[in-house]
Amino acid sequence: MKKEDVPQDMSALGKITTEVCYATDKEGNYTTEQSRGWDVKITALDVTWKNVEERMAAARQKVLSNEASPLLFFMEKNVMDVSIVAGYTGFWKWRVKRHLKPSIFNKLSNKILLKYAEVFNVSLNEFKTMKVDAS
Amino acid sequence: MQVNFQHMQAAHCESGVTRNLLKNIGINKMTEPLAFGLGSGLFFVYVPFLKINNGPAIAFRSFPGIIFKQTCKSLKIPVRRKKFFSKQKAQLFLDQRLEEGHAVGCQVGVYYLPYFPKEYRFHFNAHNLIVYGKEGDNYLVSDPIMDTVKMLTSYQLERVRFAKGALAPKGQLYYVEKNQDVTDEQMKTAIKDGIKKNVFNMLRIPGPIAGVRGIRFAGRKIKKWRDKLGLPKAGLYLAQLVRMQEEIGTGGGGFRYIYAAFLQEAYAYHPADGLLKISAEFSRAGDLWRTSAVQAAGIYKQRLGSQEDFNVMGDYLLEIAEIEKKAFESLAKINWH
Repeated sequence: MKKEDVPQDMSALGKITTEVCYATDKEGNYTTEQSRGWDVKITALDVTWKNVEERMAAARQKVLSNEASPLLFFMEKNVMDVSIVAGYTGFWKWRVKRHLKPSIFNKLSNKILLKYAEVFNVSLNEFKTMKVDAS
Repeated sequence: MQVNFQHMQAAHCESGVTRNLLKNIGINKMTEPLAFGLGSGLFFVYVPFLKINNGPAIAFRSFPGIIFKQTCKSLKIPVRRKKFFSKQKAQLFLDQRLEEGHAVGCQVGVYYLPYFPKEYRFHFNAHNLIVYGKEGDNYLVSDPIMDTVKMLTSYQLERVRFAKGALAPKGQLYYVEKNQDVTDEQMKTAIKDGIKKNVFNMLRIPGPIAGVRGIRFAGRKIKKWRDKLGLPKAGLYLAQLVRMQEEIGTGGGGFRYIYAAFLQEAYAYHPADGLLKISAEFSRAGDLWRTSAVQAAGIYKQRLGSQEDFNVMGDYLLEIAEIEKKAFESLAKINWH
């Protein structure tokens, strides 16, 4: 890639820092050039987050129709799977899976719920009610 | 308390950390492409049975940790690397090293990294940064991806050092134990070794999913994604491929440009015939990776979507595999003086 071809499309990262790209100068020698982002990458990221939002919406529906506990919603929101949640909370995977059932979830002690809330960076009440900003 | 340390931005976190740590002990000839090349950083692997963030597991670089380890080993620089079970011990150990005057590299997860933009926070645990000081409860952090230095509270640092999930860092840190100079002779040998190992990784590693064969394998699979996954999911898969290839930390073109830059720098040490020509081949491979990313973007933007479009996408990878195969074969035949 030539230095003048390094794309400069403003990305979410570009607002915070430019990134280093390796590109060639007129003589064909490698040098670095700062980039603000590239449209192709920006849409790749957008598509990925749009998918996360769709998964969140589906999870919210499941919780509302009592097919799953709020834990599922927050897992999708935080792009986590059962093993990542198990890693952060210290609970075994089979316990996390159990907590996805509303009947079991509703009987959990505050101590356990607080552990989840800390991992998801929300308050206990937000965790139980899913009342957080849609973002 | 603060170690004498100079922050420098880099394209890729691990080769950036490696360069910055080595420059910090006085090895001024170290550059990011050199660190990447000595550490045999260039790679490709597609693990079809593994899923990361609901997408395909694809990497364009060698296993995390290899670059620092191999670069230092080939230059005979003594390093220490340590993982921890206890968070307290991990912090204490770090504090003691800072007290002794070491700048310390840390493997971290980016998910809870507060200065990262929200859009970039996935459960990616192979990020690297340098801690070079502590003020009260705050650690001074040099993240090679960022243009300026950052600060993390001890809680924030602990959280990212003990990130969970695939490749969990387990508090891993590493540093150079003893300052040492590197002669041009040493550098020459290290360049040769780094290239040889990279040739092995790309051409001769067993199995169909890694190296040049892995690129071809991925190209053939992509052609089947449309029917097998359906358009929306195939689009997501391609978006993940593009992110692994182009996102922060790659220097563009799936690290192929950094490698091309490395070969140019290698030529300054070894004016061997053909080296510059091979460097240009890697630039060509990088360009083609980017062209394929534009094609992929057409699909996940839903501008394209026919089977023919997927065939074109797959064929790009087959063409790239051919270029890289020839380039590495020529590298294997270089006559080192």
